[in-house]
Amino acid sequence: MDGLNIPLNHILLVSSLLFAIGMLGLMIRRNIIFILMSLEVMLNAAALAFVAAGAHWGQPDGQVVFMLILTVAAAEVAVGLGLVLQVQKRFKTLDMDHANRMQG
Amino acid sequence: MSETIWLIPLIPLLSSVTLMLFGSRLKASQIGILGVASVGIAALLTLLLAVEFMQNQQVIQLSLWTWMEVAGFAPGISFYFDGLTLVMMSVITGVGFLIHLFSTEFMEKDPSYARYFAYLNMFVAAMLILVMADNLLLLYLGWEGVGVCSYLLVGFWYQHNANGHAARKAFIVTRIGDTAMALGLLLLFTQLGTLDIQTMVGEANQTWQVGDTIPLIACLLLVCGAVGKSAQLPLHTWLPDAMAGPTPVSALIHAATMVTAGVYLIARTHGLFLLAPTAMTVVAVIGITTSLMAAFTALMQTDIKRILAYSTISQIGYMFLALGVGAWSAGIFHLMTHAFFKALLFLGSGAIIHCLHHEHNIFKMGGLRTRMPVTFWSFMIGSAALAALPMTSGFFSKDQILLQAYQLPDIGPALWVAGLLGALLTAIYSFRLVFVVFFGKANTEPDKDTGWRMAVPLSVLCFLAMVGGWFMIPVTEVFPASDGSHPAHWVEYVSISVPIVGVLLAYFIFYSGRLKIDGLANSALGKSLGQFWLSGWGIDWLYDHLFVKPYYGLANMLKGEPVDAIYGLIVALNQTFNHWLSVAQSGRIRWYLASMVAGLILVITLAANLSGGSL
Repeated sequence: MDGLNIPLNHILLVSSLLFAIGMLGLMIRRNIIFILMSLEVMLNAAALAFVAAGAHWGQPDGQVVFMLILTVAAAEVAVGLGLVLQVQKRFKTLDMDHANRMQG
Repeated sequence: MSETIWLIPLIPLLSSVTLMLFGSRLKASQIGILGVASVGIAALLTLLLAVEFMQNQQVIQLSLWTWMEVAGFAPGISFYFDGLTLVMMSVITGVGFLIHLFSTEFMEKDPSYARYFAYLNMFVAAMLILVMADNLLLLYLGWEGVGVCSYLLVGFWYQHNANGHAARKAFIVTRIGDTAMALGLLLLFTQLGTLDIQTMVGEANQTWQVGDTIPLIACLLLVCGAVGKSAQLPLHTWLPDAMAGPTPVSALIHAATMVTAGVYLIARTHGLFLLAPTAMTVVAVIGITTSLMAAFTALMQTDIKRILAYSTISQIGYMFLALGVGAWSAGIFHLMTHAFFKALLFLGSGAIIHCLHHEHNIFKMGGLRTRMPVTFWSFMIGSAALAALPMTSGFFSKDQILLQAYQLPDIGPALWVAGLLGALLTAIYSFRLVFVVFFGKANTEPDKDTGWRMAVPLSVLCFLAMVGGWFMIPVTEVFPASDGSHPAHWVEYVSISVPIVGVLLAYFIFYSGRLKIDGLANSALGKSLGQFWLSGWGIDWLYDHLFVKPYYGLANMLKGEPVDAIYGLIVALNQTFNHWLSVAQSGRIRWYLASMVAGLILVITLAANLSGGSL
């Protein structure tokens, strides 16, 4: 294969880092917009891993799954933003720690 | 007439039902007429029946319908009528009628006039069923019926807590005996296959020999029932407390009729008792012991009704003695005369209580001889009959009992001496009552004298208490004949003279004051003995500590439901876990997420470690 030949391990390392950053953002961010963005980062980290793996083995499956993840992410953002609007309407804030009425 | 004896219990029953349903809409006069007339008609019918019976001596067996039929057990609603039934029915309807009439005046001001007569009529009906029953099951129905009516009437003034307590006591204590009696019925049925009294006694005589164990057990169980109902040792404690009811009720139920049901039961099943001589001895011993104990207690009481109550217990003891020594007809005779003179005494005391602002303490009465002459003469005659002074009704019956007791081999003379002691005490306490209440200085002024509705029953009962001893009760066909021999004349003379001695003693102690007993009564021994007798030999105290208190203790312990505590523990554990878990449900997304990540890390680490690094 032509072009840059980056070892798979490096790509997977980047992917894991991205995933970890996304997860960390998910855990420490209180603003729901940032939470959604962190989710996107995590999804893309996974997608990156798929693409890298597909390239490594010369299989198209990785890219197929990437397309799938892209659609899922789009759908998720659509639903998520709808929820964001509702949250803003109800709680007059985007701080998710204040939207904790469902507790045991 | 013989075909219509079922009318006799039915009429009071119908009247009772009518009063229960429509009592609140009737006027007081209508209630009184209905209540009294129903029993009056029953008494008239009984009188007609008695006249007919005297002519042809015909035993009537009338089967109305089958009550139930289960696997060969088919007790009927059927009546059996013979001389013994006749005596009982005459007492119930005759004395009952007089007491109903008396009640119309006694209860005049009571707001629950209709309820009173409804209960009283129902009692008469139940008692008639009891004595007319052909089989023991129907008898048991009447037996329980009178028990319920007794409960209702003792607690008639239920607004006072003590009355309700007395009613419950009467019901529960008799229930102990009734349970034993029910066991006796079951035993008899399983052994003999029938509860028809006549068939059963015939079967028993074919199946068993004299002295066999099973008839002994059956008889003892029946005796338990009789002991409970007739207030004999050890189940007598309810009767003095039952005096909480209206006084005519005490006269009818707790003196004349219901408490003698036990005597009737034993007399009715005497064929069984003849097979169990030991049971008869037990009956005699219970009778004489109760008689003496109650007589001693009556000596010390100050409440006029309690004196009479203990005297009733004592006199029923005599009846039991008579049954125990085989003097069946003497026992029934004493039942009848006792019904007359004790009803008289109770109604007399009712008249006093009625006219003396509900005063019960005899030492607060005094000097009533000139103020209430009718009552005074009633009490004189009643007490004379109770003390068995010669020529009164009580004399004939008690004399018969004592003489027949004397003739019993072995223990006979001992029973006779004990009976004489009882007779002496009876004379003393009954005339103590007369002298204290009617002579001496007046302590309370009566606010009224008796009206005719009180005076007439008193007068009729006076007459009966005087001449009742001359009646020949038609029970010769019912009971086996006694051998007719007479003990030596001196026995008879002693029996006659003892009550007179008692009356004289009472006269000297309580009237003329010639005989001083203050020194004796105030000595340490005399005081403690007097206190002991006043409390009824401490039996109430004993039962209280032996049964009532432990029962309450147990009930209190179980009130906390110790068994439920086990299940309660399970519930509490679940709730604790639930609480812990629900804390985790904080509603904070970040917190959920963090725990999810932590869990994920944990699982992955574990999986990696467990797979030995091959992941």
